[in-house]
Amino acid sequence: MVTIKVNGTSHRLDIESETPLLWVLREEVGLTGTKYGCGIAQCGACTVHVNGQAVRSCSVPIGGLDGAEVTTIEGLSADSRHPVQQAWLAEQVPQCGYCQSGQIMATAAYLKSNPNPSDADIDANLTNICRCGTYERLRRAVHRAAALMRT
Amino acid sequence: MTINLSRRSFITTALTAAGGFALGIGLRDSAEAATLSVRPWGDDAAHYPGEINAWVVINPDDSVIIRYGRAEMGQGSFTALPQILTEELECDWAFVRPEYASANRNLRDNKVYGSLSTGGSRAVRETGEMVQQAGASARERLIAAAAKRWNVPTQDCAAAMSKVTHKSTGRSFRFGELAAEAAAIKLDKEPAIKTPAQFKFIGQRIARLDVPLKINGTAMYGIDLAVPDMVQAAIVACPVFGGTVKSVDERAIAGRRGILQVVKLKDAVAVVADRYFRAQAALDKLAIEWEVGAAGATDSAQFRKAYIDALDQKGADARHDGNVDAAMPTAAKVIEATYDVPIIAHAPMEPLNAIAHVQADRVDVWVGTQNADLALTFAAQVSGVKPENVFIHNTFSGGGFGRRLRPDEVAQAVAVAKAIGKPVKLIWSREEEIRQGRYRTQAAIRFKAGFAADGTAIALDMRNSAGSSNPQNARNGLDPQTTQGLSNTAYKLPNLRVTSILKNTHVPLGPWRAPGHSQNVFFVESFVDEMAHAVGKDPVALRRELLAHRPDFQRVLDLLVDKGDWGKPMPAGKGRGIAIHESYDSIVGMIAEVAVTNGEVKVERVVIACDCGVMVNPRGVETQLEGGMIYGLSAALFGEITIKNGRVVEGNFDTYPVVRLKDAPKTEVYLTPTAGKKWGGVGEPGATMIQPAVTNAIFAATGKRLRSLPIRGQNLSGAA
Repeated sequence: MVTIKVNGTSHRLDIESETPLLWVLREEVGLTGTKYGCGIAQCGACTVHVNGQAVRSCSVPIGGLDGAEVTTIEGLSADSRHPVQQAWLAEQVPQCGYCQSGQIMATAAYLKSNPNPSDADIDANLTNICRCGTYERLRRAVHRAAALMRT
Repeated sequence: MTINLSRRSFITTALTAAGGFALGIGLRDSAEAATLSVRPWGDDAAHYPGEINAWVVINPDDSVIIRYGRAEMGQGSFTALPQILTEELECDWAFVRPEYASANRNLRDNKVYGSLSTGGSRAVRETGEMVQQAGASARERLIAAAAKRWNVPTQDCAAAMSKVTHKSTGRSFRFGELAAEAAAIKLDKEPAIKTPAQFKFIGQRIARLDVPLKINGTAMYGIDLAVPDMVQAAIVACPVFGGTVKSVDERAIAGRRGILQVVKLKDAVAVVADRYFRAQAALDKLAIEWEVGAAGATDSAQFRKAYIDALDQKGADARHDGNVDAAMPTAAKVIEATYDVPIIAHAPMEPLNAIAHVQADRVDVWVGTQNADLALTFAAQVSGVKPENVFIHNTFSGGGFGRRLRPDEVAQAVAVAKAIGKPVKLIWSREEEIRQGRYRTQAAIRFKAGFAADGTAIALDMRNSAGSSNPQNARNGLDPQTTQGLSNTAYKLPNLRVTSILKNTHVPLGPWRAPGHSQNVFFVESFVDEMAHAVGKDPVALRRELLAHRPDFQRVLDLLVDKGDWGKPMPAGKGRGIAIHESYDSIVGMIAEVAVTNGEVKVERVVIACDCGVMVNPRGVETQLEGGMIYGLSAALFGEITIKNGRVVEGNFDTYPVVRLKDAPKTEVYLTPTAGKKWGGVGEPGATMIQPAVTNAIFAATGKRLRSLPIRGQNLSGAA
């Protein structure tokens, strides 16, 4: 048995310890905003926060997470008004949108460590894949979110 | 057992499972924003009393359901087509709720929505005027219904913001009060639709309707859905295309938790379980023997040689202006070059998946598909249920790019559901997605250009070998798709010939964003650059000469050259490259700036100029060009699928890399629409010009001409 807290709610799970956190969230907890994209921590579509850190949940076995606090896109804010979400809305970043939960979660975590990143910082530290090619707007949105978080 | 599949029961189910996400979206920054359901598909069985025509339903509360007859896979036409209809309907945008058109109804109702297939950058180009007409017709019926109530002439009434007003008295009725009566009204003749000069709402940079759902995890993709009593399946098809299942040894998965059944199909094996992760983990452990046949001995090097060798075979002329054979010997100078590209995969972010529920007399499929019509056909064929009793519930797609035009996953899901007698969600792993593609063809081309003594280009000969996505549809040795971008080149020379040699292997092919254009524009725009350098001309100057008959191209070039700093000096190791082409009724030009350092290429800046005529939403145009450019850049820099022993070697983003932020150039888009020219498609064009713009820039930076893709792995270090 593993107990994790997801978006503030505790879940006691009877689950194989090797099960990736991604599939626990999607199939056991029932939160589908976190997406499956590659299964090998390459694309970042599955990014969530574990104890405040961004992780690629497809490659994190649940067995090591007993007692962990997990935040998913559904729990990032109660009203979709987190600065990163506001910036994504203002810059109209998503196209297909499938990678964007992960992009937003990765950005939200990164901006806590670097509140005023340069373009080069962003390029080096935000490595999630977007196949629609929203990168130009995404980069602008990261700057906008950073500015919102500083005020 | 028959499960009641009404829309309401689904929402309830999903809400329970999903722990209560917000259905109403509280994100509307502006009161003008329309609302969109996280599950924007209708109930085929429901009766809509306020249905004025197949495209428009107005409810008593004034909410407007606008049917959407294409797929939303990121390109934004889920907003653009309702925007067009709203222009004519004169409804309040805040009341608009788009909903997928029913493929079942399209079948039963004599293609009332036209084609639901979403490819060829056609959504706005082909459906735009249909929905304009539908909106105008609905508006006139609403006006007629109000006029009838007041017993006044219709010309004394006007519609605006979801109300019909009697002009002289100011009396008004809300659309919602009139809809049921309007639905019964017959017009003497259908109203004319607005001309672009009359547009008020079309052309505005309105926000996309789906974005609020895509920043908080509520947008429902096929992979996210749940239906009652559903089980999960993982699948692997024979890794050698065309091969079959020989045997399956299930001993390795005996006793594993949650496993329900192993289903053997002719060419694939599925594991069904209570959870997807259990199904996939078990599938990975299964020992499967395949019957692969002769294709199992093939590889990429062999295919590459075969396509280049095929250039010497007899082909069919797709176009011949003047007489190339007569002109070429008179040329003072002749240059030749051979180019080729490998097969590449689509790799949409959401791996293919589908939910199928097969009952004795009814099939339901939930899938994000680019082709709901074909999904219905496949589901009927595989299930044996009459097409009239097949229902496709289209969802948001996590990318498509052409891969979702052929619903292989639907055929499989229906087969598995039929075998196990339960609703099943089938999900492809990323590896399955990369290895069971409908790939862009391997292709090669040989160019020959002849110049007069004064440097004027007098003849251009192109011999192209490529595979057809549908070989059975080829006519007289030609498939128009394989010569897209060649036979319709805008360049004018007195003698110009395009010869096509069709060649297919066991590798299944399909349309990849801007199908033929995507490799052929790389070919032509690279060789035109070579032609310019061969006679000492500036690449832009030669293009201007060959496009002298096209003022619209000249205007795009003017803008591009200006914004893209063409001709301005660059430091050593850096260069600019240009490419321009017309496709899907849009002219798009790009200038790429690259830096080559120790053989490594960095694309630093891309400037895009476009004339796509009248635009629904300029921001939508910009985002499609930006995104298309990145998609094409992935192909140019990294795109290569390798075949070994008949099967695909790559399996995931570690071996099939794509552009990430660090590879993404600064991008600027400039629009110069020709007034009055109707909307051109913009979903695909961006993916093409970037490829030659980058290789031409590499030539400018290093003197090295790249005649193959991808760029990765080619030696640039010794270049001048």
